[in-house]
Amino acid sequence: MEILVCVKRVPDTSENEIALNDSGNDIERDDLVYSVNEWDNYAVEEALQIVEKQGGNVTVATVGGEDDEEILRREMAMGAKKSVLISDDAFVGSDGAGIATLLKAFVLQNKFDLILTGAQAEDGAAQVGGMLAAMLDYPFASLVNSIEVVGGSKLKVSREVESGNKEMNEMDLPCVLSIQTGINEPRYVGMRGIRQVASIAIPTLGAAELGVDAASVGKFAAKVQRTDYFAPALGKGSEMLTGSREEVIDKVIELVKAKGGLK
Amino acid sequence: MARIFAYIVHNDGVVDDSAVELLVAAKSIDAAAKPTAIVTGSGAELDAVCKALQDSYAEIWKISNSALAYPNAELVRKALVAVIPAASIVLLPHSHFGVDLGPGLSVKLKAACLTDIIGIEGVEGNFLKAIRQEFGGQVSTHVRCDISTGAVINVRPGAFKPETSAAAGGTVADISSAVGALTAGRRYLETVVAEAGDVDISKEAVLISIGRGIQEQDNVAIAEELAKVMGAALSCSRPVVDAKWLPKSRQVGSSGQTVKPKVYIACGISGSFQHMAGIKGNPFMVAINKNPKAPIFQVADVGIVDDLLEFLPELTSKIRELVTK
Repeated sequence: MEILVCVKRVPDTSENEIALNDSGNDIERDDLVYSVNEWDNYAVEEALQIVEKQGGNVTVATVGGEDDEEILRREMAMGAKKSVLISDDAFVGSDGAGIATLLKAFVLQNKFDLILTGAQAEDGAAQVGGMLAAMLDYPFASLVNSIEVVGGSKLKVSREVESGNKEMNEMDLPCVLSIQTGINEPRYVGMRGIRQVASIAIPTLGAAELGVDAASVGKFAAKVQRTDYFAPALGKGSEMLTGSREEVIDKVIELVKAKGGLK
Repeated sequence: MARIFAYIVHNDGVVDDSAVELLVAAKSIDAAAKPTAIVTGSGAELDAVCKALQDSYAEIWKISNSALAYPNAELVRKALVAVIPAASIVLLPHSHFGVDLGPGLSVKLKAACLTDIIGIEGVEGNFLKAIRQEFGGQVSTHVRCDISTGAVINVRPGAFKPETSAAAGGTVADISSAVGALTAGRRYLETVVAEAGDVDISKEAVLISIGRGIQEQDNVAIAEELAKVMGAALSCSRPVVDAKWLPKSRQVGSSGQTVKPKVYIACGISGSFQHMAGIKGNPFMVAINKNPKAPIFQVADVGIVDDLLEFLPELTSKIRELVTK
C-alpha cells in the first residue's frame, strides 16, 4: 500500500508558553521550539504500522519552507521512505483551501492508496484533510482512532465520537483520513536515526513542478486570512492564590472544605 | 446579505443544543437574519425534530431520506450540495460531526471555510470578521473571510449563548424530492459504545483531574494519593489517555465523560474547550498549572501557579494530617 502522510511543523506547545509579542499582533516567535504537529506524528506512525503489515511505502509531504525539512527528516528517521517539500514564494499565505489545492496537485502526480493527515494542528482548524478529500472526490473520515485493512480495497475505520464511543465505517480506497491522537504509540526517534537520513536529498516542488496556477493559491487566493493575534478574553478569571506554598495549601483546603470537597 | 442556513444536529429525535446556538451565531452575522434550519434524517424522529424547531426557527427545510437515517457526513454533504443555493452561509457546530462535514462541504459549495469560530464581529462588504483561538486557547485571533461566494462556518459548541426568544412559529418545507439517491465510498456500520470503567467518574462528587502537566506515568501515583486521602476519584484530560497512563473511562471532555462534581481540581490541565465541554453543573474549580497563561485560569474559581509535582505531595500530606487528627 502506498501511503501519503501530510505533516506540518508547528511551535511545540509542550516546550513553549505561547505569548503575544510586544506589539501584540503576533505570537512571540523568538526562541520558539518547533516540532512536528502532534497529530501528524500519530498519522506517520499509523502509516508505518500499516505498511509493516501490508507492504508498500510511506511518503511524507509538507507545504512550507526550508526550515520545514527538519520534520521531514524526523519522519524519515521514523521510517518514511520518501519525503517532499512543497515550497514556492507563490504559496506563502495560503489558507486551508490553498494548502489542500497544493496537496491535491501532488497526489494527482502520484498514486497513493491512502492519504493521512493529522486531525488538526496548532491552529485547531481541522480542515485540510476534509478539503483535500472533497477536491479529489475521495471518501473522507475525520478523527480516526483505528484502521483495519480489509481485503485489498477497503478499510474498516473507527471515528472518535461523543462519550468515548466509536463510529465504525467501511471505506473504499483510495481515501483520506484525519488521525486523532492516541491511535497508537509513536516510536521514539533517536539522534542516530536522524543522522542516518541527514544527507538524503529532499525534493522541492514549486508551482511549475506541480503544474499549479500560482494565482489559485497563496495570499491573494486565500478567502480566509488571519489579521492579528490578541490576548483571549479573560472570562470571569480565577482568583489567583499567592503567598508561600504553605499558605496557598491552607487556603485551598479551607476553600475546598467550604465547598464540600473535604469532610 | 447572503442567505443563512443552520444545519441541525439531532439524536434520537432530540434537537442538539447547537441548534439554538447557531441561531445566535446567525444573528451576530446579520441582526435581521431569519436563518433557515436544514434537517436531514428519516421517519418519526425527523418529524419530531422539525416540530421542536418550529419554536426557534422561522423556516425549516426537511430532507427525509432513508440513507440519512444515520448522519454519515459524506451523504449529508451530497444532500446539502443538492439544495443549498450559491453564495449562502451555512452554519454547523464544530463537533465531531461538523469537523467531518464542514471542510468538504465548503469545497463542493465553492465557499470559504471557517472552523472553530468563537465570535463574529460583523460583516463589511464581502468580508466577515470572526474570532478564533489557536494553541489550545492560549491566544485569540481575528480572521477575515471573503464570503462573496458563500461560507461554511463551524461554530464552537457553547461559544454562542442562546437567548430566550419568543416562539418563532416556523413553517416546515419538505424538500426531500430535490435530493436523489445517495451513496458514498464511506458506509456507516455501527456505533460501538465505550466500555464502562472501574470507576464511574460521571457520578463522583470530587474529582482530582490530571493533564499533560503530570509529565510521566510514574507521577500519576502522586495524584492518586491525593484522591485517596480526599476520598475523591481520579480523572484526566486527553493527553493522559493518549499516553495510556489512565483508561479512556477516566477522560473528561467532549470525546470522553461528562462529569458534574461539586469540586474539580485540575492539575496540569491547560483547559482546552474539548475538555471544558465535559464539565457540567458549575463545580468549584481549583486549577494548578505552572503556566500562568494557561486558559484554565480563565474559567477556574481559584488558580495556583506552581509545580504540581511539588505542590500535590505537600497538599496530600497536609490533608492527611487533618483527616487523621
